[in-house]
Amino acid sequence: MESNFILELLGNNIWAYLITAAIPLVFVVVYALVAILGELKIASWVQDRLGPMRTGPWGIIQPVAEVVKLLQKEDITPRNANKPLFNTAPFVVFTGSFAAFAVIPYSSKFIPADINLGVFYIFAVSSFTVIAILMGGWASNNKYSVLGAVRSASQMISYEIPTSLSIIAIAALSNTLSVSGIINSQSGWFWNWNLLGGQGSAIKYLFIPFLLVLFIVYFVGSLAEANRTPFDIPEGESEIVGGYHTEYSSMKFAMFYFAEYANMYVVSAMITIMFLGGWNSPFGDFMNSPIWQAFWFIAKAMSFVFVQLWLRWTLPRVRVDQLMHICWKVMLPAAFVSLIGISLLGVIK
Amino acid sequence: MSEIRDVAIDLGNVHTEHMKLNVGPQHPSTHGVLRLMVELEGEIVVDVVPHIGYLHRCFEKVCEQNTYTQIVPYVDRMDYVNSMNNELPYVIGVEKLLGITVSERIEAIRVICAELDRIASHEIAVATFGMDAGAFTPFLYLFRDREKILWVLEKLSGSRLLYNYIRIGGLMRDVYPTFKDDLRDIIKTVRETNAEINNLLNDNKIFVERCANIGILPPDVAINYGASGPMLRASGVRHDLRRVDPYSIYNKLDFEVCVGTGTMGTVGDSWDRNWVRMLEMEQSLRIIEQAMEMITDSSEDVRAGIPKRIAPKGELYSRAENPKGELGFYIVGDGKAKPQRVKGRSPCYVNLSIIPEISKGYMFADLIIILGSIDIVLGEIDR
Amino acid sequence: MLPNEIFDKLKIEFGEEIISLNEDPGYEPSIKVEPTNLVDIMLFLRDEEGLEFDYPSCLSGVDLGANLGVVYNLYSMKRAHKITIKVEVPKEAPDVPSCELVWRSFDWHEREAYDLLGINFVGHHNLTRILLPDDWEGHPLRKDYVQPDYFHGMKVPY
Repeated sequence: MESNFILELLGNNIWAYLITAAIPLVFVVVYALVAILGELKIASWVQDRLGPMRTGPWGIIQPVAEVVKLLQKEDITPRNANKPLFNTAPFVVFTGSFAAFAVIPYSSKFIPADINLGVFYIFAVSSFTVIAILMGGWASNNKYSVLGAVRSASQMISYEIPTSLSIIAIAALSNTLSVSGIINSQSGWFWNWNLLGGQGSAIKYLFIPFLLVLFIVYFVGSLAEANRTPFDIPEGESEIVGGYHTEYSSMKFAMFYFAEYANMYVVSAMITIMFLGGWNSPFGDFMNSPIWQAFWFIAKAMSFVFVQLWLRWTLPRVRVDQLMHICWKVMLPAAFVSLIGISLLGVIK
Repeated sequence: MSEIRDVAIDLGNVHTEHMKLNVGPQHPSTHGVLRLMVELEGEIVVDVVPHIGYLHRCFEKVCEQNTYTQIVPYVDRMDYVNSMNNELPYVIGVEKLLGITVSERIEAIRVICAELDRIASHEIAVATFGMDAGAFTPFLYLFRDREKILWVLEKLSGSRLLYNYIRIGGLMRDVYPTFKDDLRDIIKTVRETNAEINNLLNDNKIFVERCANIGILPPDVAINYGASGPMLRASGVRHDLRRVDPYSIYNKLDFEVCVGTGTMGTVGDSWDRNWVRMLEMEQSLRIIEQAMEMITDSSEDVRAGIPKRIAPKGELYSRAENPKGELGFYIVGDGKAKPQRVKGRSPCYVNLSIIPEISKGYMFADLIIILGSIDIVLGEIDR
Repeated sequence: MLPNEIFDKLKIEFGEEIISLNEDPGYEPSIKVEPTNLVDIMLFLRDEEGLEFDYPSCLSGVDLGANLGVVYNLYSMKRAHKITIKVEVPKEAPDVPSCELVWRSFDWHEREAYDLLGINFVGHHNLTRILLPDDWEGHPLRKDYVQPDYFHGMKVPY
């Protein structure tokens, strides 16, 4: 296995696979802590304040404190809730988010599972979240939760269509659905990234307008799929209190919280894989060793996490019908046109 | 191929029903303890029934058991985010009953306090309205500015929110020496922040889409319902008590009455209501600039005019332009130290009663926007 | 239009229904009317050319000892004049015709007056308590109101 250095080191045994599975888990936990701190700090800088300052130097231990606080909270199950569904939902939602990490690469030497349907797989398991949110919202026996869950389901399912079209277009461009295949097709300098037309001769510049449209479609769609502002209507606090997680407390709430942050990374990683050259260094072979590749990949993905946080603290929220309007009447036609354009140009190329 | 048949779906046991949703009393966007009984068909609002009274503190009963001076702090607690504007109509009313007048310098200080508090109140209104639409950041920008105003009023009166500063026949104490410098500082900051808020919130495409053409209140309905303040002016009615029924020194001041023009949608929509507040803040700054010039340094004792015995006989309806609308006090005095009756005509109370009229047929998310655009304070509604 | 002109105009139209004009110093000029024809008088005030009281400022219930009074403060945006209309009813039968359909604003004001003073507005579509709990007993703004000791097991006097 060329793409997994652990298997190379330890051979093809159970320990190697366990370690392979554990690394993403550790990464997710560390990432979530960083993202929570980032949210707190970025929010406060955007809002002209300091944010947490007391827990550790510049408040950097604050996310740990938040997790500990959440753990200490009483775990409440509403009396009339459907208990099996209510209790399973947080785990399903986290499973859905975490399963996507199986194929998210870190560098060319470490992809936990380099399957040939990687992008498709991420796309498939992300839909798990919808089921979990519906489960949680319905089982809570709360009208706000039901409203939030139904909104969430309609939103996520709708936005999967334009985003899947942009994935198909990228697959058509790269001739593969495998994560490593898509990334390798963008190797070299940054002008080889899919956002700038991918590799190829002068004809590749014709792709750029279509790819830019697809990039925007995918980015906006991923915001909606991760329930982030301006598409956070499933949990729109001012309207439906907490949406589907209104009734959750303690660790079960933390799971939803955690899954949302994990989802943010997954969609950012997808953007990195599909449009920004994945682990490739922007400068050709310069700083392109496997360790640097991990740096580049995480840096690119985290910059999009940052954009999501930044948007959240800047924009108001759209309304349900406006959300559907954007999806079906703006993004879907744009994605279709781009897909056809890329396919036709692909034939010429 | 098999023949094509009409498939008759039996809908015998399938029926839809409206969902009754209790928004509040504990809900993030009801601005206090308001309960709206909302009937929803999917996401569409079919009916809204406001239930109020969770914050009822027997204001009118308490007034009958206190002397005229003792009522002033209770008046503060009606609309607790702009206490100065609550004190003004009450004090003016009692002064009229007593037949006393105060000097122009005192009136100027009163007007400055009232306008400062008007800005503070409008800042809260715009801030929470933005938050109802999902924008959190403008909220903190505006609260930062409001804090500056509160500091000045605290320096002036000793308290942060409930001032008890305007007294019958005078003031609690004179202004402090650097008062005018602080005012200039506030005027500068508020202008800067409001320009920023216009960029960040009011001209934001998403925000405009959310608020324009939502909750349209036609002028004739607004008048018939007794709406007042920005709610009425947003519908295009040029009615401001500071102009049409001038009290204090407002007839000597130059300011515009801002009305909604339907810039982004229809006249009288939620965006207009918010925009009128933004415009009014600028006018309030202008009033403060002019009134500042009227405060001359003098050795006048602002407490000298406070009467020793306040026992008026008579009755009147004294009203003033509160940031929310027409705040009126119907005061009946029967020659005793305690009034026979004090009725507070709360602008929020009247404005809120319009909500079933203007929110039917909109979506649930719009209902929150409409409620936010009315700018209610439950302390005043429930009294 | 001055209050006495309004008074004259009403006197011509309604005659005996209009009892008196009060212009004592200290009091705002007010017109006292009989409750029987109140809605017609209000409609006349609202619609008659020259009067056009389109804006309902305030409605207050007052306890006058033996009687209960309702005070209507009206304002005209077109003509920029104002007037106070007063109605008095005995405490035993405090029936006042409802004016909520003349000015919709009085819907909630009348409910409040009913809630706190027990004035029965005949013809109001939903005359229920608005500020106090639905099962509260008595009308607290009456001067002879006695505060209950307990409400649902909670001690009322603090």
